[in-house]
Amino acid sequence: MIGLSHYLVVAAILFTIGVFGIFVNRKNIIVILMSIELILLAVNINLVAFSVFLHDVAGQIFAMFVLTVAAAEAAVGLAILVTFFRNRGDIAVDDASVMKG
Amino acid sequence: MTFAANFSLVLPEVILGASALVLLVWGAFHGKVTPLFTGAAVLALLGAAVAAVVGPHGHAFNGVYAADAAATYAKVAIYGFSALAIVLGDRWLAARGDQKFEYAVLVILSALGMGVTASAGDLISLYVGVELQSLALYVLAAFRRDDAKSSEAGLKYFVLGALSSGLLLYGASLIYGFAGSTRFEDIAAAAHANHGMGLLFGLVFLLCGLAFKVSAAPFHMWTPDVYEGAPTPVVGFFAAAPKLAAMMMFARVLGDAFPDSVAQWRQILVITALASVFVGAFAGLAQNNLKRLWAYSSIANVGYALLGVATGGETGLHSMLLFMTLYMVDVTGFFACLQALSRDGKPMETIEDMAGLVKHRPGVAVAMTAFSLSALGIPPFSGFWAKFYVFGAAMGSGDVLLQWAAVLGLVGSVVAAFYYLRLIKTMWFDAPEGAVDKPQPIARAVGFVAAAFSFPIVLVALIWLDPAARAAAAAFGHA
Repeated sequence: MIGLSHYLVVAAILFTIGVFGIFVNRKNIIVILMSIELILLAVNINLVAFSVFLHDVAGQIFAMFVLTVAAAEAAVGLAILVTFFRNRGDIAVDDASVMKG
Repeated sequence: MTFAANFSLVLPEVILGASALVLLVWGAFHGKVTPLFTGAAVLALLGAAVAAVVGPHGHAFNGVYAADAAATYAKVAIYGFSALAIVLGDRWLAARGDQKFEYAVLVILSALGMGVTASAGDLISLYVGVELQSLALYVLAAFRRDDAKSSEAGLKYFVLGALSSGLLLYGASLIYGFAGSTRFEDIAAAAHANHGMGLLFGLVFLLCGLAFKVSAAPFHMWTPDVYEGAPTPVVGFFAAAPKLAAMMMFARVLGDAFPDSVAQWRQILVITALASVFVGAFAGLAQNNLKRLWAYSSIANVGYALLGVATGGETGLHSMLLFMTLYMVDVTGFFACLQALSRDGKPMETIEDMAGLVKHRPGVAVAMTAFSLSALGIPPFSGFWAKFYVFGAAMGSGDVLLQWAAVLGLVGSVVAAFYYLRLIKTMWFDAPEGAVDKPQPIARAVGFVAAAFSFPIVLVALIWLDPAARAAAAAFGHA
């Protein structure tokens, strides 16, 4: 029988993969955007699982808000990425280092 | 409660949301930024501030949204400083031929997000407010899109900001699951009955996400890069209103949702506060760029404000609100002076650029000296009173941990004194680098008024700021 804890463990694993994807990834900023998406979806699994087990609809409403905001966030992120690419001609993570200190 | 009654409680935000949309359409059809357009944007923000002051108090939409004295206090400050940011940014961008109507719209949208977070009574409204604020701020950081530094600042801010939203959200999901509700009132009841491991775990994640937003150590690494790269008036905006909004989130979450778990969150906050103070003080020593320097200064100052939050209760939150208000005036004034100055059309951003400033621009040099002394905490400047309230609250709490934190915080401010004094010494005693262009009149005027506020106006202003902040602090914990 699959219980609440199974869902929470899956969500925790996805969340951890997402966070590591941001920090360990040294190659491409698109991968960072994917990792951010992974984090938000891990949260959604959490919210929906809790919502079902609590018999409370608020969690699913929250998940809808998260989905909407995630779409907006991806749009803003890609737009900023495009301006970055125009100035640099590249989107490697190591290139984002004009400023240091 | 009828819909009209709910509506009257959220009127300030409705004004802002509607005017942002109207201005967006206006800008899209008209294309150019006229004084009328900027004036309308400023009026919208000031109108929202007035609506927040005269509007009724209460809880709208089943407690999702709280319009109380604390929200009013924060909103007046946030909307006022946002209006100032529109005026300052408009002039600065116009001088560089980069004037776009989106600037005012983005500032209004982020102010709207900050207003929502300041009034949040529920995890959902907190999250939506944070995101609205942050998404607009990411774009503002990258506003000069043909500038490599600005777009890099925007990108870094976006990546780390999105990560922090993720942490905040993961914490919120755990709190929802283990408390059984997203409303602060119900969470407080659940935490009062039993704060289990799950709830505590969620709270820690939530606090990490919020610490990112206020740029408290150890989550501060984005701040210097973003401040260096973003346009100067935008940095002045970043360092003021969003910081107060994020401190309000701390106060909302801890004061409204977890008032009985003080023992659990106080240690976390004290450690973050002290780490911020010391990172800000020591890392600032090595900085040469003034925007980076003030980024570290803001990290240190956020540490002091967090000490006020850690003290908790009415006195602690009162000291935090006053500290943030006085700090906002200082930092806005400093960046207004910085944006007013240029040499041969190039911005003056390093400490060496300021050499002998007093010979060429004595007024601006005196104003910047006042801000530095104030940030350093020399009496009778406003920064001294800010620190006086925070340390006073921590010492009076009777908790040994907080008292030691206050002592260490004082040590940190002594270390930070080095870089403020170095700036003053460079401005007053070094050989001048060369003539300075005529300062922008509006930015200079803002700088002068802010300097006059840091001393002596602050002494008069505190007479009514102090009771206003006290009334605001008393509003927490009644979700």
